[in-house]
Amino acid sequence: MDQLLSEIVAKYNYWIYVVLMMIGFYAMIGKRNLVKKLLGMNIFQTAIILFYVSIGGKRGAGIPIVDKHAVMLHGVDASRILNPLPHVLMLTAIVVSVSVTGVALAIMIRIHRKFGTLEEDEILEKIGQ
Amino acid sequence: MNTPNMHLYILAAPLLSAFAVNLLGRVSRAWIGPLILAALGFSTFGALLTLLRVLRDGAYRYTVGNWQAPYGIELVIDPLSALMLLLVSSVALLATCSALKSVQNELPGREHLFFTLYMILVAGLLGLVQTGDAFNLYVLLEITAITTYGLIAMGPDRAPLASFNYIIMGSIGACFYLLGVGYLYILTGTLNMADIAGILPGLNAPAAVATAFAFLMVGLWVKMALFPLHVWLPNAYSQAPTGAGVMIAPLMTKVTVYLMIRVMFSIFSPGYEFIQHAGVQSLIVWAASLAILCASSLALAQRDLRRMLTYILVAEVAYMVGGVWLANGTGMTGAILHIVNDAMMTLCLFLAAAAILYRTGSLEFDRLHGLYRRMPLTMAAFTVGALSMIGVPPTCGFFSKWYLILGAVRAGHWEFMTALLISSLINAVLFFRILELAYFQPVAGLQATTQQGSGEAPLPMLSPLLISAIALLALGFGCGPLIENVIRLALPPGFAP
Repeated sequence: MDQLLSEIVAKYNYWIYVVLMMIGFYAMIGKRNLVKKLLGMNIFQTAIILFYVSIGGKRGAGIPIVDKHAVMLHGVDASRILNPLPHVLMLTAIVVSVSVTGVALAIMIRIHRKFGTLEEDEILEKIGQ
Repeated sequence: MNTPNMHLYILAAPLLSAFAVNLLGRVSRAWIGPLILAALGFSTFGALLTLLRVLRDGAYRYTVGNWQAPYGIELVIDPLSALMLLLVSSVALLATCSALKSVQNELPGREHLFFTLYMILVAGLLGLVQTGDAFNLYVLLEITAITTYGLIAMGPDRAPLASFNYIIMGSIGACFYLLGVGYLYILTGTLNMADIAGILPGLNAPAAVATAFAFLMVGLWVKMALFPLHVWLPNAYSQAPTGAGVMIAPLMTKVTVYLMIRVMFSIFSPGYEFIQHAGVQSLIVWAASLAILCASSLALAQRDLRRMLTYILVAEVAYMVGGVWLANGTGMTGAILHIVNDAMMTLCLFLAAAAILYRTGSLEFDRLHGLYRRMPLTMAAFTVGALSMIGVPPTCGFFSKWYLILGAVRAGHWEFMTALLISSLINAVLFFRILELAYFQPVAGLQATTQQGSGEAPLPMLSPLLISAIALLALGFGCGPLIENVIRLALPPGFAP
């Protein structure tokens, strides 16, 4: 038990991302309301963004802005600087996630205009008629 | 006319024309057609030049903005990606001729919006084919996906709902892919495919590498609609506007299969997949065989031509996945050849469906009676496409199926061979049923449809259909040189057709 607990505490960022991802995944697959599905998708994407951001972190490191002259004299100490690349990648992923959400919301408006509801069961019922 | 940047111009032409179409299309509809056809015509021509150059001088790498790999984004033009460039741009060109007409009919007043998305989609597909960077691939995958969501949602009735379900499934697929890339980045510290491939063999973390590989594969399988992850595809593709369907259906799944091949052989190695994980390899061939059988049987249950075609498409995806995972050169040759052939076959059949829909207004089987008399040229092309889908000799479908079956026999995967044969028989049943309806059944309800339901579709829809039907025969006769000169070079080292 102790071993398991320390395992969880030591890698808590991964556990958070896994839990968040499962919540989002459940909402996407299990929920029947389209808004809930979309929220699930956002949670899912956020989980991955957190995962990426956390892997760039280092204990005791600072932001990756360095003094040019100091670097030319002493070089860069990589252990003192956060890895900025995953963060930059996630900027792109956030843009992607925002645009997918935007498209999904626009489509939902069309669905609502057409069927008057966002409950999947009710929509399928109306289609069946 | 031989510039080192040709592949970038191929990519830029549709992208820039997307903006031009949006702006000038608002002013006058007359601008749209010439702009798009010019851009895609240029891309097709450029892709042909690029393919010839690659075949003459060998593969090359290109760093965008002179940021050297592994830090910058690298484009890789090898025989396979040059072949895919030519395939994507020529299929898009043919599909566009027909789409221009059907969009005018289905979405009057919104053509400039439709074609803006359409051209960005083409640019995204062309980018996907070239990229040599794992994260860049994710971004382009989402560019193609988002434009596809929009295009499908423009369809009538249930299309927005189908598109929404596609968004959910597509995002799951893309996120899994992104997770896989994240694991690879943790393991190797780089995103460049060639760089990752160099570092991976030296790592001692089998579980993490396997997790990354599994995430990448599952993500791509969702995107390519491998049975049983296919549920989004039939609705989305059959509800889409006809003009979107003729392009999305042939290209999206095929390009994703190509991406799977890229991930398998450019990031990982054949040794990793086929020797270290031989159990998984054999399991996937079994899964693909089952997928072929299930998707083909589902196609039997459909009563609408376009819906039936989408289920056949799902079965064809499993052909290619199974072919690649057979782990021998013959199967892979068959799979790569099938990417080309299947894109053309699907294009031909969807173009025929678009022409029929334009004339008769429905694709229900009951409405197909007596079509041969009313639209002889369309149905002749449809017959060629159908024969190719079944796999009847001089058409190209026979040759790729032949290689796939030969590969299955060599690998000793009899279940895959059986699945292919049964699926071909089911295809024969499916298509001969339609041919019978269209040829022998007397024209029912002719009175109702004589005014608008007689005669061929207009020339812009008919000519790409006939060209694609001729291309099916040409690919069939030319498949020897194609394999010898292009596909043989595309196989990973140590594999021969």
